[in-house]
Order: sequence, then structure tokens, then C-alpha cells
Amino acid sequence: MLAYSVRRLLVAIPTILLLIVACFFLMHVAPGGPFTSERPLPPQVLANIEARYGLDQPLWKQLWDYLYNIVVHFDFGPSFKFKDRDVNDIIAQGFPISLTYGSLSFLFATAVGVSLGIAAAIRHNTWIDYFAVGLGIAAQALPNFIMGPILILTFTLWLGWLPGGGWHGGQWQYLVMPVIALATSYMGSIARITRSSMLEVLNSNFIRTARAKGLPTRTVIWRHALKPTLLPVVSYLGPVFVYVLTGSVFVDIYFSTGGLGQAYVGSALSRDYAVLLGVTILYGALTVIVNLLTDLAYAWFDPKIRY
Amino acid sequence: MLGKSQKAAHLAEEITDYTVIQGRSLWQDARMRFVRNKAAMASVFILALIVLFTIIGPYFAAWSNEEIDWNVMGDVRGMGMPSIETGHYFGVDDLGRDLYSRVIQATTTSLLVGLIGAATALIVGTCYGIAAGYIGGRTDSVMMRFVDILLAIPATLVIILLLVVAGRSFFMLFIALGAVGWLTMARIVRGQTLTLKNREFIEAARAAGVSEFTIMYRHILPNLLGVVIVYASLLVPEMILTESFISFLGLGISEPYTSLGRLIAEGAGTMSYGTLWQLIYPLTFYVTIIITMFFIGDGLRDALDPKDR
Repeated sequence: MLAYSVRRLLVAIPTILLLIVACFFLMHVAPGGPFTSERPLPPQVLANIEARYGLDQPLWKQLWDYLYNIVVHFDFGPSFKFKDRDVNDIIAQGFPISLTYGSLSFLFATAVGVSLGIAAAIRHNTWIDYFAVGLGIAAQALPNFIMGPILILTFTLWLGWLPGGGWHGGQWQYLVMPVIALATSYMGSIARITRSSMLEVLNSNFIRTARAKGLPTRTVIWRHALKPTLLPVVSYLGPVFVYVLTGSVFVDIYFSTGGLGQAYVGSALSRDYAVLLGVTILYGALTVIVNLLTDLAYAWFDPKIRY
Repeated sequence: MLGKSQKAAHLAEEITDYTVIQGRSLWQDARMRFVRNKAAMASVFILALIVLFTIIGPYFAAWSNEEIDWNVMGDVRGMGMPSIETGHYFGVDDLGRDLYSRVIQATTTSLLVGLIGAATALIVGTCYGIAAGYIGGRTDSVMMRFVDILLAIPATLVIILLLVVAGRSFFMLFIALGAVGWLTMARIVRGQTLTLKNREFIEAARAAGVSEFTIMYRHILPNLLGVVIVYASLLVPEMILTESFISFLGLGISEPYTSLGRLIAEGAGTMSYGTLWQLIYPLTFYVTIIITMFFIGDGLRDALDPKDR
């Protein structure tokens, strides 16, 4: 187990480094930059600006400085658009917000999805099952950017119960809609995966044995069926966490939560490569780490996996 | 004597005629299972209606998608609502353009994006996966490690990045969608190739002196087709979803072209003015397309992948 973890970690680190290098070069071959505008700047001014951001250095030197600052100081450099802020400030301001409701919707999707799936499988072919399956399919077709308008239409415009956007330090009224909008489609997928996995487990021999020796249904389900049921679900949760993170790009914009997504798309539109690069690397690194954790959790969950 | 042998011949004919058991191929079997699946067949029917609508619909349009109805433009809320009299069957959008024509245009774009994006991913992923799996060894591990690294980057971010770096255009959008879609496909195809390549019929082909390329093309590819089709059918709605997401953010398709994601974004932006039809018509088309495609994908999986039934 330990050797396996170390080996996975050793793969993860070069992956993140490669990611940084690839994104860095992608940004630098792009035509146009944050300083190209309708009215061209005088060459001296442009040269001064480029010197200020180190853009006059040879490319390998820039890359080295960038990597060095990230690895040693955890510093992503200054923003090209906002003169008085650097990328770290922007991330530090937006990321906690995205992470807060991202984690909440991850928990919400998992809890509701797994419960729905298990309920459907236990009451297979009853109205509970049909209801859960219907709900799952409908939810899957409603990704966050569809749920957002629908929720605002219902709860803000028609019923007037919830505020249509904002953050206000994360009060619950402001959290409800972003969390639901983000969670719905993943909840649907999780419910469907749980259901089919549970059905397969309930039809297997060891469950029949457990029933045959007279265990009460509750014990059979909680003690014997639950763990193997959750295996495929766990392997799906890693990707879901990543989807929730990237999905928050939309939610940030639509509900004006002030999260990282607003900064990300803003920087994409204004070609603020420093911010774009920093946020991409942050999300990429998080993805690698989450995948690592998922694999380790999977290895712990499934005794059949050998390293 | 003569009569008897005639009778025997007749009998023999009858037996050979009627007792031969008609074998069913894998594909016939799959087709039967698919046709028996009611949800999937209904979805195919509805989807066909939508496609038909995008083809025939324009002939009934009173306005083109670019014309601005100046009479309505000043008061979209009061006069722009769906009506037969003005010729705006779905109403007009915020700029006074006919929503009926716009929805047809957007549906066509979204369907095309889904199909072409999935096709790109399908071709690239299958070739890559077969090559990696069949060649094996160090080539395989290098090729798959590359895929692992690319998979580690969130897909939406890659698309946004590519569209920003290389500029926004139809062509670039397809490239970007294909660039993220082929990865999972390559993984699946490689896994299947690995299980196939040590089977007896491949060995037999190799013993008979068939070239490596022909083995991949004639013997491995047809056996992969079931899995590939199932995954591709799930890829189409995924592509449409991703494109809509990108277009919703304003980074995808740009004017004068439009897609369902773009129209939904516009509708969502103006819904507080009371022009609900601008949201509801594109939304209905969108949700219907996605749900029917999910059902078709599920039906194909049940039909082609007997293990899952």
C-alpha cells in the first residue's frame, strides 16, 4: 500500500510540472496579448512594460523563473491587467468561495444521489424505483447552466423567496441556488450508478447466502451489500469533484458569487494570461491530487486490488 | 418405384427447406434488442422529428434569422410574443430577430457540433487506442501516460484555453471539442484491443501471414465496433452539453452564428423583463435533444453490450 502510494505520488508530480510547462508555452505562442490594444502603445512604453513583467527575457528564462517562483515561493506572479494585484491575491480572494459551495454541492450530490440509488435498488420495480430513475434521468439532462436560469426563474422571479445572486459571506439564502444548480446533474449520474451497482450486488451469491442464513434485511444491506455497491461510485466521485470545480466557473458568473470562475472567464476575455495560467494550473493540480486520492481510496475500499 | 423416389426427393427438399435453422448475426440480435426497447425507439422517433424540423422548418419561416423586425423591436415585451399573425411563431429575440428561424439555426448548429465533435473524437481515439494496445510494450506505456496527463487537465478549461489562444471559430471549436473527447475513447479502445490481441483468431491471422495493419483493420476493428458505437452515442450529448456551456459563457460560437447554449444564455439574460419565450423555446429543444440522446445511448448499450443487461 505504501509503495503504491509513493509510486502514484511520483507519477503525479511530473504530471503537474508538465501541465505547467504545456500551459506556459500555449500562452506564449498565442497571438496578441494583454497589452495589444486598439491604439498601439509607443514602442518605448511597450518595452518598459515588457521589462517590468520580465517578458523581454528569453523564453526558457521566463519559464524557469515562473517554475522557480511557483515551486519555491508558491507565487504565480503579477496580474497583467490589474496593476496592483498579483495572481495569488486573486486566487486567495475567489477560491475559498468556489471551494465552499463546490464542496457543499459535492456532498449534496453524493448524499442525495447515493440515497436515491439505494432506495431505488432496494425497492426495485416499485413506484419508488420508477420515481428515482425518472428523477435521475431528468437531473442528468439539466446541467448547471440550465438549472441556474430555471432556479432563478422559480425562486427569485416567481416565488420571490431567494436572492438572485451575491455572496454576503456565504449566508444560507445565497448558498441554496448555487449548490443545487451545481449538484443536480451529478446527483442524477450518481443515483443511476448506485442503483445499477446495488442491483448487481443484490443478485450476487454472497447476498443470497447472507439472506439464507437468516440475517435481517437491514443487516444484509448495510453490512454486506453497501461496501461493494459503493466501489464504482467512489471511482466516479473523483471526476465529479473536478466537474464541480470547473462547473463553478459558470455558477460564479451566473450567481455573481465573486468566486474564482468570474476571474477566470474575465481573464480569458481580456487575455490576462498570468491569471489564466495560474487558475488553470491550480485546477489542474487539484485534479491530479483528487485523482490520486480517488485511486488510494479505491485501493483501500477494494481488497481485490493488489499493488 | 418412380413415384416413390419422387416422393422421397420431395420429402428431402422439404426437410432441407424447413429445418435449416436461420442463424442470427450479432448485429441482427442487437437490432432486435434495440427495436424492442420502447424508450429508445420513442427517442429515435422524437429525434428524427427534430432533425426533420430543422430541414423542413425554414420553408415555413416568414422571417429569416438575420432580418430585424423594426415594428416589434421597440416593444419586444408587448409585441414580440409568439403569434401566428406576425409570422414570429416563437416570438422574437431581444434585438427583434425571429426566434423561430434562430432556434432552427441553433438546433442545426448544436446537432452538427455534437456529431462532428463526437466523430473527431471517435476517429482519433480509436486509431490511437488500437495502435497503443496492439503495439504494446514501451510504446503503449508512453502513449497511455500521455493520455493520463492530458486527462488530468479539466476538459472545460482546455477548451477555453484553446479557444482563447487560437481564436474563436467554428473550426477551432470542433478541434477543441475533439481534442478533449478522444482521451477516454482511446483508453476504452486500448483496453478492448489488449483483450482481443491474444485471442486465437488473431494468432491464426498472423500465422497465415496477414500484415499487422490488415490485422488491426480487418480483425480487431470490427470486434471493437460495439463498444465504440456505445461510447460514441454517449459522447454526442456530452459534446452538445460542453459546447453549450462554452457558448453560454460567451466563449464559443459567435454572431451571426448561434447555438442552443447561446440562445439559452440570451433568454436567461432577458427573462427578468418578462420575455419568457426567449428562454423556453430553446430550452425545450435542448432538453429534448439531450434526454432522447441519453435514452438512445442506453438502448444501444443494452443492445450491443450483453454483459450489462
